[in-house]
Amino acid sequence: MVNTYEETEVAVEKRFVPKPLDINADIAWAKINKDILRSLERPRPIFWVIFIASFALFLVGVSCEVYQYQTGLGVANLNNPQVWGLYIATFIWWIGMGHSGTLLSALLHIMHADWRKPIYRYSEAMTTFTLLTAALFVLVHLGRIWQFYYVVAYPNERWTWPNFQSPLVWDATAIGTYLTSSLLFLYIGMIPDLAICRDNAIGIRKKLYTFMSLGWMGTDRQWANFRVTYLTLACFLMPLAVSVHSIVSTDFAASQQPGYHITSFPPYFVAGAIYSGLAVIITLFIVLRYTFRFEEYMTMPILEKLAKLTFAAGMVWTYLNLIEYATTWYGNDMYAKQALIYRATGPFAPEWWMMNFLGSVLPFALTFKRVRASIPVMLFMSIFINFGMWLERWMIISPTLAHGIYPWTWDDDQWPSFVQWGIVAGSFGWFNMLFMLYCKIFPSVSMYEVKEMLHERRFFKSTNVATARDPAINPDLAVEGGLAS
Amino acid sequence: MSITNLLNNWSFYRQKRPYQGQYDLNRQYSEYKWAMALDLDICTGCNACTTACYAENNLPVVGKKRFNQGHVMHWIRIERYWDENMGEFPEQGASFLPMMCQQCEEAPCETVCPVGATSHTNDGLNSQNYHRCVGSRYCSVNCPYKVRYFNFWNYPSTAWPAPLPDQLNPDVTVRTKGIMEKCTFCVQRLNEAKSRARTEYRLVRDGEVVPACVQACPTSAITFGNIVDPKSKVAMMWKNQQVDLYKDMQEKDNSVRGYRILEDLRPFPSVMYLERVRDMEA
Repeated sequence: MVNTYEETEVAVEKRFVPKPLDINADIAWAKINKDILRSLERPRPIFWVIFIASFALFLVGVSCEVYQYQTGLGVANLNNPQVWGLYIATFIWWIGMGHSGTLLSALLHIMHADWRKPIYRYSEAMTTFTLLTAALFVLVHLGRIWQFYYVVAYPNERWTWPNFQSPLVWDATAIGTYLTSSLLFLYIGMIPDLAICRDNAIGIRKKLYTFMSLGWMGTDRQWANFRVTYLTLACFLMPLAVSVHSIVSTDFAASQQPGYHITSFPPYFVAGAIYSGLAVIITLFIVLRYTFRFEEYMTMPILEKLAKLTFAAGMVWTYLNLIEYATTWYGNDMYAKQALIYRATGPFAPEWWMMNFLGSVLPFALTFKRVRASIPVMLFMSIFINFGMWLERWMIISPTLAHGIYPWTWDDDQWPSFVQWGIVAGSFGWFNMLFMLYCKIFPSVSMYEVKEMLHERRFFKSTNVATARDPAINPDLAVEGGLAS
Repeated sequence: MSITNLLNNWSFYRQKRPYQGQYDLNRQYSEYKWAMALDLDICTGCNACTTACYAENNLPVVGKKRFNQGHVMHWIRIERYWDENMGEFPEQGASFLPMMCQQCEEAPCETVCPVGATSHTNDGLNSQNYHRCVGSRYCSVNCPYKVRYFNFWNYPSTAWPAPLPDQLNPDVTVRTKGIMEKCTFCVQRLNEAKSRARTEYRLVRDGEVVPACVQACPTSAITFGNIVDPKSKVAMMWKNQQVDLYKDMQEKDNSVRGYRILEDLRPFPSVMYLERVRDMEA
């Protein structure tokens, strides 16, 4: 009988090629704390380069928005059929990216996939900050930002309510719910780590972490309550994440603009959301791994698993994309078919074909192990896949609006002005800035969950709970059981 | 609408509209249903309706550059189409179609507005509340005719230099940037006529009030009136053309010319067009 992890590996090695380990099981527990707390201290210089560049981009976005606020939406070069442009396209893109953070932190938690443990924390933070970024676009695209609160159902003396029939109201509600719950989920998952930070910090940071760790002492009762809360929130978040992007898709599916009015939009949007989110998790994985020296925790086998997941999500998205084309092509809706032909052959054809290439063909490179094992290649792959997914959102918005039902209003030659591009760039700056600040202030790798992972790797031959609790296999349990009986 | 009102009248609000007999002289909330009939055979495409609309409704003249950008604000527009394969310019077969808000009974724009800024009035108009509008432009996306115009610029500051504000119509607001606007069937005239009629304990007589475009049309191509009143000219035209307000597909003879644009999308528009008859042999 094999008892330890190493012996299992030897036993397996005789029959199979050994698999690379997700994480080295020999890391000392004190070293985990030390390594991860070091990310709060002094990162590589690239951190400041990214941070300052992001801040500059953010200022560009702010100045464009101020100009647009003062002058009117005409400076964005939106026009009458093309009323939404890049704003709504980028809004869908940002809000979609958040879904993969929830996938990693909630779904894989429920499914006991323990390789998520070193990377779920920053993914969940990414979810929160992408939602904050997406919320910016909801405001930016409004004609009168200063009256955005009309969309919220608040009590007032005139008994005016938002129009609950409108998908935009569902949207605002869904995003608000998702933002609140994912923020809560991020925070609750962080409490044990904040306690570790508290025990190691001095000065103002000590006060911050003391306040935020809510008196966490690590007692049995606290852990039990923590587990239940975390699992409950994970179970709550999973259907919520699916519903949020489905509701975002009803903004389009519920309208009667040809090219929007498509039944398969909800699953299509969710698949695209998870796809682009996984790609951005890979990008951030590579950036954080280098910036904060997380090489021992964000290992290559985990990157490879992420790449495989991205490929799977990409294929689901491709399938749903082709379904959309097929149902439109063979359907009886003349206008929708015309809109599809317009996208493929009209003035947006280069972007449309590039979108299909980057989204559906490029991920096939991920089937090669050499691609998955190379960090620079993966960085470029993830960025290009995300660019393809951004194009997809743009190709949903702009060509469709340019080519509606009524031929008199067809409008081919509108190109987003520098104000639109500036605000889109500013949103990148805003997101990166927030995310980098987060990683500098809070532990972006979950210390206690990495320890759990190592514990399982060290003492149990598999992550199967039933096997791990079997005293015949686990010598520690056997001794305890003997004493108890 | 208060919650109590909503709950008490739940079945009323849940009723599918338009339903047969929704507008009826015997029912207090629907004595009026304003409708139009527009004869394309008579229309010459002279743009007098557009000009009258600009004057009546304080529409800003945006200039050539912004027209090309697509920021034009004509509530009624004359669409000019050329026939295919009809030869050189004078014989190219131009046809005109004045297009304004169709005041749909089941308007696609109304359901999607997040704040309820556009809603249906009792007399069958699709009203636009400028003060409530936040400018999400969803109504424009969902409008199949694309007759909603968004204030992309702050026109009051540029469109009317010094003496020109004196010629603005005092009955109509001047719209600022960031809100949606559209044809109202000159609701300021309709409301004035209605309140005048109310003081005399009668309904508005046929022809007593018309929108600016109808008033300005030199060939009387547009007929306007209260379709609830069976003796009104517009009601008789709709009846003669066998177009039923409450149907999304008309069963009519080939000899009649009446039709409503994009009827198959089921918006139930209030504007009936009469086809142009052309002698193709000549």
